Amino acid sequence: MTDTALAPPMTRSAGVDFDSTEARELLKRRYRAEARFKALGLLAVLVTAAFLAFLLVDILRKGIPSFFEHRATLTVNFDAALIDPKGTRDPADLREGDYQALVRAALQSQFPEAQDRRTRRALDGMISSGAVDDLRQAVLANPGLIGQSRVMPLLFSSDADLFLRQRDTLITRRTGSGPLRVEGESNAVTLRGGGAAFRAALAESKTFLAERRRALLAELATLPAAGSNAGVDTKRTELEQAAASIQARIADANAPETLTDREPSLLVAIGDGILKITEIGANEAKATTLIAPKPGSIITEWSLLTLRVPETNRRVNDNVSAWLEILAQRGLTERAFNARFFQNGDSREPELAGIRGALIGSALTLMVTLLLCVPIGVAAAIYLEEFAPKNRFTDLLEVNINNLAAVPSIVFGLLGLAVFLNAFDLPRSAPLVGGLVLALLVLPTIIIASRAALKAVPPSIKEAALGVGASHQQAVFHHVLPLAMPGIMTGTIIGMAHALGETAPLLMIGMVAFIVDIPGAITEAATVLPVQIFLWSDLPELAFQSRTAGAIIVLLGFLLVMNAAAVILRRMFERRW
Amino acid sequence: MTSFRSTALLAVALLSSTGLAAARDQIRIVGSSTVYPFTTVVAEQLGKTAGVKTPVVESTGTGGGMKLFCDGVGVQFPDGTNASRRMKAGEFETCQKNGVKEIVELMVGYDGLTLAFSKKNPPMALTRAQVFLALAKNVPGPDGKLIPNPNKTWNQIDPSLPNRPIEVLGPPPTSGTRDSLHELVLEAGADQIPALKALKASDRKAFDAAWKSIREDGVYVEAGENDNVIVQKLESNPNAIGIFGYSFLEENVSKVQGVKLDGIEPNEESISTLKYPASRELFVYLKKAHVGVVPGLDKFAQEYVSNRAAADGGYLEKKGLVPVPKAKLAESQANVASLKAMTGEGLPK
Repeated sequence: MTDTALAPPMTRSAGVDFDSTEARELLKRRYRAEARFKALGLLAVLVTAAFLAFLLVDILRKGIPSFFEHRATLTVNFDAALIDPKGTRDPADLREGDYQALVRAALQSQFPEAQDRRTRRALDGMISSGAVDDLRQAVLANPGLIGQSRVMPLLFSSDADLFLRQRDTLITRRTGSGPLRVEGESNAVTLRGGGAAFRAALAESKTFLAERRRALLAELATLPAAGSNAGVDTKRTELEQAAASIQARIADANAPETLTDREPSLLVAIGDGILKITEIGANEAKATTLIAPKPGSIITEWSLLTLRVPETNRRVNDNVSAWLEILAQRGLTERAFNARFFQNGDSREPELAGIRGALIGSALTLMVTLLLCVPIGVAAAIYLEEFAPKNRFTDLLEVNINNLAAVPSIVFGLLGLAVFLNAFDLPRSAPLVGGLVLALLVLPTIIIASRAALKAVPPSIKEAALGVGASHQQAVFHHVLPLAMPGIMTGTIIGMAHALGETAPLLMIGMVAFIVDIPGAITEAATVLPVQIFLWSDLPELAFQSRTAGAIIVLLGFLLVMNAAAVILRRMFERRW
Repeated sequence: MTSFRSTALLAVALLSSTGLAAARDQIRIVGSSTVYPFTTVVAEQLGKTAGVKTPVVESTGTGGGMKLFCDGVGVQFPDGTNASRRMKAGEFETCQKNGVKEIVELMVGYDGLTLAFSKKNPPMALTRAQVFLALAKNVPGPDGKLIPNPNKTWNQIDPSLPNRPIEVLGPPPTSGTRDSLHELVLEAGADQIPALKALKASDRKAFDAAWKSIREDGVYVEAGENDNVIVQKLESNPNAIGIFGYSFLEENVSKVQGVKLDGIEPNEESISTLKYPASRELFVYLKKAHVGVVPGLDKFAQEYVSNRAAADGGYLEKKGLVPVPKAKLAESQANVASLKAMTGEGLPK
């Protein structure tokens, strides 16, 4: 390099003029081509990085919330009459106790006005069935709790949890101006405020009317011209009348508005209580009581809460929203790390569902795959590379191995169904069968990578060994194989990563299934991480979407650990020459 | 290294041989992906309360489930199958031939096939004939003969419908929901159209072909088995109409609304009375021969039809299953108590 750079310009080859304009032009062109290629390469890297970053950010944004849960910290009275009516303190009896009643009582003490059956059911529904199991576990672990009152964390149901997560975006707060006179009680409360206390809220509800009118007019515009069809004409008149009546309501800025469950809900928070407005005027509003405030007729401090999403469009109704809001106000809610997600198996309750079963299932399956395909794959590669005679048969074998690497994975699943399940009678859904099928799937990859690694060892190493009298086998096993090990391991890890992400072949052998119990052996029913992701993504409950993203994060973490292990192992075996 | 490998291999071999012929202590259910969300809830409940292992529930599709179920009696075959339609006569015969003689049939609830679209648009009502005209591959032309479906916008079908392009996202042919779309909506829709009714009388085969085929010109998009994906697409595309089970509509009320079909809105009441034209019954089939062999199978059946699960207000209703009326539930409970086997009469072809 330095020699050419320092070559004096005077010595020129005969007939070639490096200093001519054409030559300089050519040189410039070559530099430009190189710069262009560099820029393109950089662009390609940046585009790939952008896609990857987008994917990661999206998954993390959706998945990280699933690592946290909301709980109500309520005082639970471990009433002996409910959980140990016989007074035996016998674990079998304690298991049978009515722990749901403890939760109910704790909620009732916060919201005594929830009396009729429907409301009480809604109140119960706020807390997950997992909280009941938690209380049972707590009592079984420590029977001394019976008869005492303790502050216990009670897990919220997934709907309540979602509401608390989005509370700040769902609810807008406005401090009320001027004193408010409260008349009447329970379902017929009248709120009178001097100086147009509700004017802003009324104006806001009129803007929602305007939105509805725009939608009607838009629909009207899509109808064909009048007079073409009787059905169209009736529809046109209907739409026009609806739009006109809405227009009239908008025009009269002071006319009171009735609020239905199709409009955003307006709640009035008075101290520790919440009222729901059913009809709103500029100075006066009719309301029903959701949570009774402290008695008093003239209130100076109050605020208006607007829930922008109409009640029909929400999973939690106004009543539950009000309870959750008050619980949060009283400081009785907490956000904590969701350890369940890593301790539990699958569940149909999003707040109880965990990834542990699938994680262990994946580990067991991959263990079977690894134990099978590394020895077989490496042995096959050594034989083919070092010992097998080169003839048409081994050529054919080689072509077939290469082809096998490109066979769609579902085919291996069908093979597994026919051979391992039907012919060998192995159990369905077992990591053993999954591992066998995946071993078949990744074997070609490992053989090909191992052969390449063996081929890359300089022949001089083997020749030196043979030269000092080693047998062929000794030369291969003592000298070539150790040097090829890093390459073989890279191939194995690529194969394993491939196996970790497969779902299609597992469908046929019954691993795409709802499995709650955490597998303890390779013959027990289990599922794997990608299947768990697939199954959760297909469930109707909204909260499962964040679980899905959470499971993806766990899968990526698993992959990262596997790759890190491979890097460390490779370092240990790596040798330079 | 080598000794480690050989021990590991030996361990694998040993483990695999021990698990072979052992009796099964865990219930296995296969079948419909529509019933899967409900059967799994019952399975989980059973695992929590009945002191048996939580049953394993696979999602294989109704047809695939029937095949596995009818393969035979024994621990290597599933104990039950979910179905989003009734067992067909042919499937019953296969079962009988393979020794699955006594089958207990549980009607567990209803599901409504709903057409839904974004809340951004005003409500919409369609008749089944209009749905047929929007989705069928061939529709009657002006002269009554079948021509390739020319309809691109809704107001081409009926001028009172909005002037929006027809875009429908629905289930692929492997799905039980797709069967229901053909049988509950398109067949009846074709029947409402005079030209096709005439065709039914003259050429039954051509009529059947008409409602069994869906257009392939890009207007109907097969959205895969994942109904959540359909909901997401409906949110981003207000023109599109999605087809899925009622539980997804109920769970996503904040984003999508149901289309009134033949003037009837899809809701719990209209579906459970079968007034909503596209409602269907959901079934679970169990093998009587496995009761007593696989622990907890009888308890599983009792739990599924128990009042706290299947009745009005039960936990299955909270998961979106439309419950069966009281009288019918009592009948199911009696069937389960006596393990009454089905006779195979009156099954659809």
